[in-house]
Amino acid sequence: MAASLTRISYSSAFTFSASKTSVLSPSLFASSIKVPTFSPLTVKPLCSTFAPHAAHGISFTRHATSTPASVLDTSTKTFHGLCYVVGDNIDTDQIIPAEYLTLVPSNPAEYEKLGSYALIGLPSSYTTRFIEPNETKRKYSIVIGGANFGCGSSREHAPVALGAAGAKAVVAESYARIFFRNSVATGEVYPLESEARICEECKTGDVMTIELGESRLINHSTGKEYKLKSIGDAGPVIEAGGIFAYARKTGMIPSQSN
Amino acid sequence: MAMATRQSERKPATTGSMKSPMTMTEKILAKGAEKAEVKAGDNVWVNVDVFMTNDISGPGSIGIFRKEFGENAKVWDREKVVVIPDHYIFTSDERANRNVDILREFSLDQNIKYFYDITDLSNFKANPDYKGVCHIALAQEGHCRPGEILLGTDSHTCTAGAFGQFATGIGNTEAGFVLGTGALLLKVPQTLRFVMDGEMPDYLLAKDLILQIIGEISVAGATYKSMEFVGTTIESLNMEERMTLCNMVIEAGGKNGVVAADSTTFKYLEDKTSVPYEPVYSDALASFHSEFRFDISKLEPLVAKPHSPDNRALARECKHIKIDRVYIGSCTGGKTQDFLAAAKLFLASGKKVKVPTFLVPATQKVWVDIYTLIVPGSGGKTCSQIFEEAGCDTPASPSCAACMGGPKDTYARMNEAQVCVSTTNRNFPGRMGHKEGQIYLASPYTAAASALTGYITDPREFLH
Repeated sequence: MAASLTRISYSSAFTFSASKTSVLSPSLFASSIKVPTFSPLTVKPLCSTFAPHAAHGISFTRHATSTPASVLDTSTKTFHGLCYVVGDNIDTDQIIPAEYLTLVPSNPAEYEKLGSYALIGLPSSYTTRFIEPNETKRKYSIVIGGANFGCGSSREHAPVALGAAGAKAVVAESYARIFFRNSVATGEVYPLESEARICEECKTGDVMTIELGESRLINHSTGKEYKLKSIGDAGPVIEAGGIFAYARKTGMIPSQSN
Repeated sequence: MAMATRQSERKPATTGSMKSPMTMTEKILAKGAEKAEVKAGDNVWVNVDVFMTNDISGPGSIGIFRKEFGENAKVWDREKVVVIPDHYIFTSDERANRNVDILREFSLDQNIKYFYDITDLSNFKANPDYKGVCHIALAQEGHCRPGEILLGTDSHTCTAGAFGQFATGIGNTEAGFVLGTGALLLKVPQTLRFVMDGEMPDYLLAKDLILQIIGEISVAGATYKSMEFVGTTIESLNMEERMTLCNMVIEAGGKNGVVAADSTTFKYLEDKTSVPYEPVYSDALASFHSEFRFDISKLEPLVAKPHSPDNRALARECKHIKIDRVYIGSCTGGKTQDFLAAAKLFLASGKKVKVPTFLVPATQKVWVDIYTLIVPGSGGKTCSQIFEEAGCDTPASPSCAACMGGPKDTYARMNEAQVCVSTTNRNFPGRMGHKEGQIYLASPYTAAASALTGYITDPREFLH
């Protein structure tokens, strides 16, 4: 342990070292601290009925005081569009490489930019790209994955990039837990689970429909149907637009108009 | 001396007066949820003891907090939020610099007690508050305490489990929620138990242990589970080695990792925190999902080959693999103990490295240690002297640097397709920059040994 080792004094550490570092008694603060001016991050509202408010204390109720079922019915929800197929262990570095993490998801312009980089980290073996370099229109609304989709980092930029790119749902064999949680918390994409390895039977560009309430996926291009695991309690949260919207609708936190 | 007869004594469990046995993780979450007991599978609202954020995920979390709770809302507790810029610091990337400014504006506005600011990017030492890598800063500044719940907007927040607490990573939206309420809904995970007994061989480090485990159970082997590390080997590890172990729990998909607090833990914390804490321990009869036992004496130095942390191989079986560079840094392998280990190996060899060898101390304190701690058996040399004599690069400014690539001008970023042996935590495609880069994860011993030969090398070549 470091505590039992001998230590030379900090200042003598530099009298004989030829390193490029310089001996320095640190000034307490830089001579002038630049006070940043930037406009407050304005965000696309999740739900337009909420008016912004100024709250100091935040009351928080542990138990839901109203039932959400009637408001947040997902039984008739369907998605229809082209699918993009990836393999197993698609990690967050492939979904959104670290160099793009300087983009702040809660800033609308940067949210859009994140979308343009979704899945850009996939290796070159993926010859058809999720977003082609010169494309502005987003082609694929369903991502089909294998096992452990979204593994790696906790970066929320991952489901956000997919959602901003126009993906409505991911259908994977299984998920890494932080990616799953982030998808639900943000309401950006539905993280659906298939019962079979759909990624081996579908091709990028196949036309698909997902019947959410019936937990069913139809591949129109192959004519095959697949059973999905029920989205369960996560469904109403995503449908509401994420945990905040859900927490307000169910009375766990006060609505913003109060 | 006669002892009182005990035939009338019954085990407490049979009187029905005890709660069901719980694992350490269950106990911590029960405490946080203010419940007498919880069981795996329960969804519970817990109080958060410490919340941490950094420059990558802080701005987004702050944006959500303000949007959802209002521009004038205050965080639930200004002393429980720790704001640590560490990821993209020493760069000219304007957005990265702006993100640190956002952290500052928020911390000033909210009167955040613990904001480890940096304003002078040209000289990290000119910033007395700046620490460096968040997970190591949390430990060194005394924010990790047994029995507590720590959440952070970074997947390697699980590192703090080394202190016998529940620590895990969350995304921006949940972070915004925590900032406002100081609480979060968590599902109580089952626990996987990893038993390691026996004396740690002198050529192995905690990094080898965790690579062994991840290779065993795969990158999804601990998904939704807690990983509990027990046994005499674990008890013999110092705090930084325990941190290395828990750090890579996420690489197996784990929710959190835990090591029971003991005298090693209490000693470490003595001079770092005066906040009272109450350690908890797994009950002897607690049920675990599964148990894995390892015979430490049979383990050998490992690498994780490209491109997955579970792509385990013996270092000695990779000795034909030529490498281009070595990187020693990050929360996983850039702590004081990691540099001491690398220095020890360089000292034993006495030779110079054959490839560029990048050293990135995790924090300012680690940087100071490198320059002031005497390496045992060196005749009075510091780590920095040994590194210099071995021809390594000068230790860089403390931060996450190239562990995850970063902006293009990040120190030691891999901008060409090269082969790198690294003490970091992930080797997915493009992780350190270039998509075709080949990253071999390894212990500081293995990294140093490989630097000396220019090939992946088992450290036993140099350690006797």
